[in-house]
Amino acid sequence: MNRIKTCILVASAFVLIAPAVAQSPAPKVDPAAVEAFVAATWKSTTGEWRARVDQDETQKACTASNNEPTGVLFDQIRDRESAAVVFPADGKVLGDWKKGAQVAQRGTGGQFTDQANTYRGGNCYACHQMSKAEVSYGTLGPSLNGYGKLHRFDAAEARKTYAKIYNSMSVLPCSQMPRFGHNKFLSEEQIKDVVAYLYDPESPVNK
Amino acid sequence: MRIRTSAIAALTVACAVLGVGLLAGGHAQGQQPEQDLSEKEIERYRAMISDPMSNPGFLNVDRGEQLWSLKRGAKNVSLETCDLGIGPGKLEGAYAKLPRYFADAGKVMDLEQRLLYCMTSLQELDTKDVIARRFSGPGRVSDMEDLVGFIANKSSGMKIEPQISHPKEQEMLSVGEAMFYRRSAVMDFSCATCHAAEGKRIRLQGLPDFSKPGKAAQETMGSWPTYRVSQSQMRTMQHRLWDCYRQMRMPAPDYASDGLTALTVFMMKQAQGGEITVPSIKR
Repeated sequence: MNRIKTCILVASAFVLIAPAVAQSPAPKVDPAAVEAFVAATWKSTTGEWRARVDQDETQKACTASNNEPTGVLFDQIRDRESAAVVFPADGKVLGDWKKGAQVAQRGTGGQFTDQANTYRGGNCYACHQMSKAEVSYGTLGPSLNGYGKLHRFDAAEARKTYAKIYNSMSVLPCSQMPRFGHNKFLSEEQIKDVVAYLYDPESPVNK
Repeated sequence: MRIRTSAIAALTVACAVLGVGLLAGGHAQGQQPEQDLSEKEIERYRAMISDPMSNPGFLNVDRGEQLWSLKRGAKNVSLETCDLGIGPGKLEGAYAKLPRYFADAGKVMDLEQRLLYCMTSLQELDTKDVIARRFSGPGRVSDMEDLVGFIANKSSGMKIEPQISHPKEQEMLSVGEAMFYRRSAVMDFSCATCHAAEGKRIRLQGLPDFSKPGKAAQETMGSWPTYRVSQSQMRTMQHRLWDCYRQMRMPAPDYASDGLTALTVFMMKQAQGGEITVPSIKR
């Protein structure tokens, strides 16, 4: 027992030491110098694609704060992103869960090797568990299995979920999740379908 | 003193064993049983394909050897006097110390930048065609993939030694780290979105953590260039980064650009001490 205790002590010491070693950071660099390298790396990029290289105000703030904005900055980002959320005109946030399953499964579109009209998927399963039947899911995001049930299939909750998918940073500034609606990656209809996939009692997500 | 050292060593080993046990236990608990099965299958597949005798990447190594001594360009000379950082024509261990600063060029270069530099300055070869064939495909061989395969293989069995003593190398390390964390494009992704935590996956694909030095970075950087079974081609780190930016929905980065070299410097730093075994073979 003593030995295990010692081990745990030694092990915890390593845990404490490890980050200190890991954070022997590279010397500070002028952000302008970084941007010069970025510009040189995408020198041949022109037209619409060029806009993807430059950061918007929120991306800049999240990068600078290492995705942990505090105080006024946190509020600024949340307020700015919240104000940019566009809800469906008729207020209905629930679409067709079967179509939502497709949006969640498919990961195509928007890549430089794709055609402009290639179907754009939400690729939710890349990061989240959803239906129990799909075993090929990623773990960068939390499991969403039973999501609708967990939120009591509540209409107000579903509206919040629409906002979260439309613009994750309206809920959590500097979230790692894409701002699917804000960045016009998914359409309003696709987002509604994904909300239905999460909230419909018949959806495999809630089985 | 010696006894004391070995006692500490024994304790460390005991702790390590206990630690692994604890980790493995926690891991198994949090997993679905079918998940374990999938992971085992993937492991079995990896073991099956990583047989060096059947790795087609070694065909690239052979072609690269021929290209290295092939006379071409306006000067009709080979690349055999090209200095990859440890002296003209010296290949053993050169890849383990790249990227690095080159005084003649006045900048930090990775292997592919350096090869292009030697083609231009030594051979006076018009590299337009070589760059057009930078990534191989059906009916299209890549001189760069072949040469990188050949040269990197000369560092197999050696340890990664990042070069960061020159101020320009330090600058590249800082820029590379900053680019690693820089969020942009329609997905708001940075490299760190996927590669800054331990034990995460996209779908079933494990993601190496590059946010800290260690095993994940070492195993990754020590196994490129690699023969990719899914693409039936040899691929270099230039291609891997190009492919990452594709998945991030960024525009295609320019081949052999300084930003990619900066990122490579950062990743090699995190991989310091890792053993190079190349060309490897991957999914």
